[in-house]
Amino acid sequence: MQLPPAVHARLAGGPGAAEPLPVERSPKAGAAPFRFTARQVRFPREHEFFEDGDVQRHLYLQDVLTQVAGAPERPRVPEFTCQVAGCCQVFDALEDYEHHYHTLHRNVCSFCKRAFPSGHLLDIHILEWHDSLFQILSERQNMYQCLVEGCTEKFKTSKDRKDHLVRRHLYPADFRFDKPKKNMSPATPRATVQVSAEALGAEGEQVEGDAMEVCSEPAGERHTAGRRKLWSISRTL
Amino acid sequence: MWLRRQGCLRPAGCGVEELRRRRREREAALRKARREQQLISKRLLRDDAPEEGEGGCVAVILGQAEIQQFLQLAQRGTEEKERGRALVSLRRGLQHPETQQTFIWLEGSMRTLVGLLTSNQALLQLEAARCLHELSHSEQSAVAEACLPATSYLLTYLSGHSSDFIELCLYTLGNLIVESEAVRRQLLPQGIVPALAACVQSPHVTVLEALGYALSQLLQAKEAPEKIIPSVLGSTLPQHMLQLLQPGPKLNFGVAVEFAWCLHYITCSQVNNALLITHGALSTLGLLLLDLAGAVQRTEDAGLELLACPVLRCLSNLLTEAAVGAVGEQMQLRDERVVAALFILLQFFLQKQPSLLPEGLWLLNNLTANSPSFCTSLLSLDLIEPLLQLLPVSNVVSVLVLTVLCNVAEKGPAYCQHLWPGPLLCSLLGTLAFSDTEVVGQSLELLQLLFLYRPEAAQAFLQQSGLQALERHEKEAQLQDRVHALQQTALHR
Repeated sequence: MQLPPAVHARLAGGPGAAEPLPVERSPKAGAAPFRFTARQVRFPREHEFFEDGDVQRHLYLQDVLTQVAGAPERPRVPEFTCQVAGCCQVFDALEDYEHHYHTLHRNVCSFCKRAFPSGHLLDIHILEWHDSLFQILSERQNMYQCLVEGCTEKFKTSKDRKDHLVRRHLYPADFRFDKPKKNMSPATPRATVQVSAEALGAEGEQVEGDAMEVCSEPAGERHTAGRRKLWSISRTL
Repeated sequence: MWLRRQGCLRPAGCGVEELRRRRREREAALRKARREQQLISKRLLRDDAPEEGEGGCVAVILGQAEIQQFLQLAQRGTEEKERGRALVSLRRGLQHPETQQTFIWLEGSMRTLVGLLTSNQALLQLEAARCLHELSHSEQSAVAEACLPATSYLLTYLSGHSSDFIELCLYTLGNLIVESEAVRRQLLPQGIVPALAACVQSPHVTVLEALGYALSQLLQAKEAPEKIIPSVLGSTLPQHMLQLLQPGPKLNFGVAVEFAWCLHYITCSQVNNALLITHGALSTLGLLLLDLAGAVQRTEDAGLELLACPVLRCLSNLLTEAAVGAVGEQMQLRDERVVAALFILLQFFLQKQPSLLPEGLWLLNNLTANSPSFCTSLLSLDLIEPLLQLLPVSNVVSVLVLTVLCNVAEKGPAYCQHLWPGPLLCSLLGTLAFSDTEVVGQSLELLQLLFLYRPEAAQAFLQQSGLQALERHEKEAQLQDRVHALQQTALHR
């Protein structure tokens, strides 16, 4: 198929529509026995017109196994230690460090050192666990917000919220990022190894323990990931 | 920008012929699946680099005892690296369907895996997620559905920050989504749409491609038009999708492919295309089409048809919306360069992927049907002859080419003046010799228009033995009325 050079030149040119030639239709056009009318066509999802393109799309998806090797072999670097004060983890690949940092140091509560998978959950935690104004207000209004992003429901108690999570959002009843507040001093750090052993029971059953804990840290300098407070009352250690 | 990731994993010892044969087999299987409306494909993210002298990664069948051993070691080992290695061994085993079955039927195994997935040890989390990913890729429903207890966590992790981990969670979710309606009935109330909408703002290209994949699987579901697309349209996803499709230095091919397919599944469901038009979908996709044509010209064309196909489809379907007339000038598609770009792509398809010619011509029909301006462009850019060169490709293509030509001819004498004299008449004498009724029928329609608005053409037709060409079809039920009418018209000039 040969294209005139004007076509390539036009593509390189500026935007614009052609000035249309005058339209002049005769009533005899498309009159019986003829039937042509110019009309746009649409095809619904499952139409066989799409078969070839769909098949090519799925070949591509399946092909990715043979095309994409994921990340190239991870470049090894000289061993380095996590820079966060008190963390002793050693790495020899940057990607491993990235995940470690985001898991354990990024969304950390500056009061009790618990780490959370997202800023959203951390904010909720600080509000519910470390804010005394929250407790007062929650006696009068619904303060426990739903954990699911996009759901704006709020509840009187933590239990009500859990019921909502289970019934409305089909969350597991033992969702690990929705622990009811325990009566313990937030300043007490807990050793990692100990927690792991406690948290996992004899047959791999999960005990109601705090899922996310960080490495135990020496007293004194604490790394604060500095979350902004929603209320102006602040808690000092 | 247009270069795709080139990988290096190939099954060992596979020659080119063998690969071609396998591809043909897979293609046949996919066609069959599509006809039965069971088109499911899953994407596997494996980044095994062969370790220490191993020839390749062979999936090992693990028995119950071995699985239990690895799980216990992962849970209670003293050293994190040792625990991680146990999970790596488990994952290798889970590449095999038999191990998968043994695993899901082993009591407490999924519970343990989910426990590791949510543990405070980053390495274990990652390895546990990889095991889950292997399971999600299974073709057996029971295996994929056994992963359901993990979904609330996978969704929670989408708001995290570790891009590799999020990518893995997204591909896993994408595989699970496509598995069954039961899975989607859980994921939707768990908030998958808002989670994806939040995640689409990630700056990481790998995350975006994975997200596009997961979303495309969700949108492809049978119940999507009623149950999924409305909430997707109600979220911020459409704006972000269109942003990710805008041509420019930031356009990433892999990401664009996924989101173009997402957009196709939305538009062809006809739920609320007017909304997409108000977001500027037509102009974005039009500009992308120009960009694609530019890439073809620069012969950076590896895999371009994968992106061109959904773009063509979206444009064609969106053009049919009544809303098009109601939006402002800049939201519509009037740019003549679109026609130039489309022909460059048609030429490309002819060489590389002829099965896409009908889709390109469908767009051309929708552009020209109600637009004197686009019809004029076809004439002024001298595109009639190239169009005629497509006639021999197939009957479907011929009918579409003739339809587009009818779109031009029906606009009146000023247009037909440019159609004859020219190669058109000769081509029509050729198509009259086809045996396909639809091709001949469309040729007759075009002849009627031509004779009506350009009577001299009838004369030339007679001189070139047109009557004999018509006679062949005098007995054909679907054609005879029109054949006789044309014979009368030609003879009475």
